[in-house]
Amino acid sequence: MSEISLGTSIAGVPEAAPRQPPALTTGPVAWLRANLFSSWLNTALTLVLGYLIVRYAISFVDWAFVNAIWSVENNQTQACRALKASATPGACWAVVTEKHRFILFGTYPYEEHWRPALVCVLFTALYAVSAMRRFWRKELALIWIATLVVIGILMWGGILGLSYVPQERWGGLPITLILATFGLAFAFPLSILVALGRRSSMPAVRVLCVAYVELIRGVPLISLLFMASVMFPLFLPEGINIDKLLRAQVAITLFAGAYLAEVVRGGLQALPKGQYEAADALGLSYWYKTGFIILPQALRLVIPPLVNTFIGFFKDTSLVLIIGIFDLLTAGKTAVVEPAWQGFGVEVYLAISVIYFCYCFAMSRYSQNLEAELNRHRRR
Amino acid sequence: MSMQPLRRVMSGLKGSLFGALAMTAVGALPAMAQAPAAGAAATLDAIKARGTLVCGVNTGLAGFAQPNSQGVWQGFDVEYCRAIAAAIFNDPNKVRYVPTTAQSRFTALQSGEIDLLARNTTWTLSRDTSLGLDFTGVNFFDGQGFMVKTSTGVKTAKELNGATICVQPGTTTEQNLTDWARANRVQFTPVVIERLEELVGAYAAGRCDAYTTDVSGLAATRSSQPNPAEHTILPDVISKEPLGPLVRHGDQRYADLVRWVHFALVASEELGITQANVAQMAANDTRPEVQRMLGKNGGLGQMLGVSNEWVVNVIKATGNYGEIFARHLQPIGIQRGPNALWTTPGGQQYAMPFR
Repeated sequence: MSEISLGTSIAGVPEAAPRQPPALTTGPVAWLRANLFSSWLNTALTLVLGYLIVRYAISFVDWAFVNAIWSVENNQTQACRALKASATPGACWAVVTEKHRFILFGTYPYEEHWRPALVCVLFTALYAVSAMRRFWRKELALIWIATLVVIGILMWGGILGLSYVPQERWGGLPITLILATFGLAFAFPLSILVALGRRSSMPAVRVLCVAYVELIRGVPLISLLFMASVMFPLFLPEGINIDKLLRAQVAITLFAGAYLAEVVRGGLQALPKGQYEAADALGLSYWYKTGFIILPQALRLVIPPLVNTFIGFFKDTSLVLIIGIFDLLTAGKTAVVEPAWQGFGVEVYLAISVIYFCYCFAMSRYSQNLEAELNRHRRR
Repeated sequence: MSMQPLRRVMSGLKGSLFGALAMTAVGALPAMAQAPAAGAAATLDAIKARGTLVCGVNTGLAGFAQPNSQGVWQGFDVEYCRAIAAAIFNDPNKVRYVPTTAQSRFTALQSGEIDLLARNTTWTLSRDTSLGLDFTGVNFFDGQGFMVKTSTGVKTAKELNGATICVQPGTTTEQNLTDWARANRVQFTPVVIERLEELVGAYAAGRCDAYTTDVSGLAATRSSQPNPAEHTILPDVISKEPLGPLVRHGDQRYADLVRWVHFALVASEELGITQANVAQMAANDTRPEVQRMLGKNGGLGQMLGVSNEWVVNVIKATGNYGEIFARHLQPIGIQRGPNALWTTPGGQQYAMPFR
């Protein structure tokens, strides 16, 4: 018996080594050829744009990292100002280094900053937990209530040995998260009710819901905030003041509710009439029909516009600056009021936009995943 | 006449009813309702009962009110809040600062959300009469001016004929500029930009020849430029902007206190009483006015409803007017000018006599 090596075929002819397809037809090279260098015109465009991109990327890296100043001593910003006026300008990140705690937490007492920091962590954890489908149970509501109570205790204090911090000293990221979270958490159920009410067969309910949506949508958010902060206190009897933040919160909730209601109504309209009729034929009551047949399908349809509105409102909370509440953006603006730091707004705005981007991008990615998961039955 | 006592009882009932309502609200919702501001007639008592002065300040104006990196409010206006708290409580830190915007400031005071508005507000007839508020004095004489690049060689505002001028829209600044230009037959092209930072950027980039706003704002902008010597503030002042603290109309006793704290700050500078020497002067100085001011005799504090050592407490906390000015406004390049004491030429700060 002659030994047959594994590498040879029975006939003893060595098998051809597996061959790669020509390099020019697959892989990145082929992609480049097909998409960027397919004709003379495209080649020229690619080269010009590539040159511009590289050039501006290099100057941005130079500005943001190579030439940048990361910290200065005792508010001595002369080095930053000299750098700004020099031939090789650079970013003065020292303003963010110096002011980051003010930008994040506003005028909250400095030595108590761990409290709002913990609140931001709690909020983010709450979002993360709520996002996971395996936590979508009744207990989630309890988790929300418990977390929000803890957040309230941390922000206000006054018990458990925490010193009391009045609301007007709150600021920065916690304010943005509070306004966005409470605003949307209350606006979403409200919007479902209003959307259902708008399609109700009861005239009084329908007229009320239409009036609410049209009235609130017909005015800018700024004017609602003005009403809440400037006019509303004058109607109250002397000596009674409702907290400024609460007033802004109610205005934002009402405004978001009107917009979300229209989004939800879009989902309700999009459902085929057969779904309603089938549910009726089964003899389900209105609330069973709505809760188990209509809403699950309707809400799934409107995930993209819902998230769109959520992201929009997360950023719209920054409008509270006009009534003197220090949200993240206002705190950033105020940070560069101090004469030593005037003129370094760009660096502060970039830092703030990174924070906004993180939250908004996370929302957007999550909604894409959720959409894919909930619409799995539709994919063939 | 016979209705008078009845009405008083009714208003008393009403007051106590609202007070009780407010107290219930405070008890039930400690977070949502603020401490009762009480009726207009007893602001000082309400402040004492609450234990803090609630002071409305700017959301951020260099030199006047701005939180520092630690979030602690600082500035010229903030020192007035501290001074009044020191006069009432002998503790300048018993102040809650409420940041107010140009739009929300008057409502905040009218509705009782704040006890005092110390927020660079110009004293005008219409504001004094129609808002239900009272100006208690002028702690800063401001006025609109122009800043130009030194290299242009412009020496007075009338040389700005044909110039482009950077100005914020919708403010009295724009109105004043137009009025002044018409009165003086100066032609100009306005460059109107809403955001202050962009406006200053446009001026610095040479998009306009001159930048106009209140002189205090010009000085702050100038000091933040890479090279302040490249910019000149012209001597012409084209408007009057007397700034001062406001209180609600109708509580004269409390308004008196706010007014006299300002006078005490100015008079202390005049008499040479400083943060460093106030204790020693209170003990040793034999000048009669100093003795009355610092509470040795005369009982002036009691007449205002505070302790007789109130001026000592105020000066210990904040220093006199000149020291406050030097601490907050001179570093950003604002000179004393009209805010010098009346004893120096051109100065207008004048305190009424303490007797």
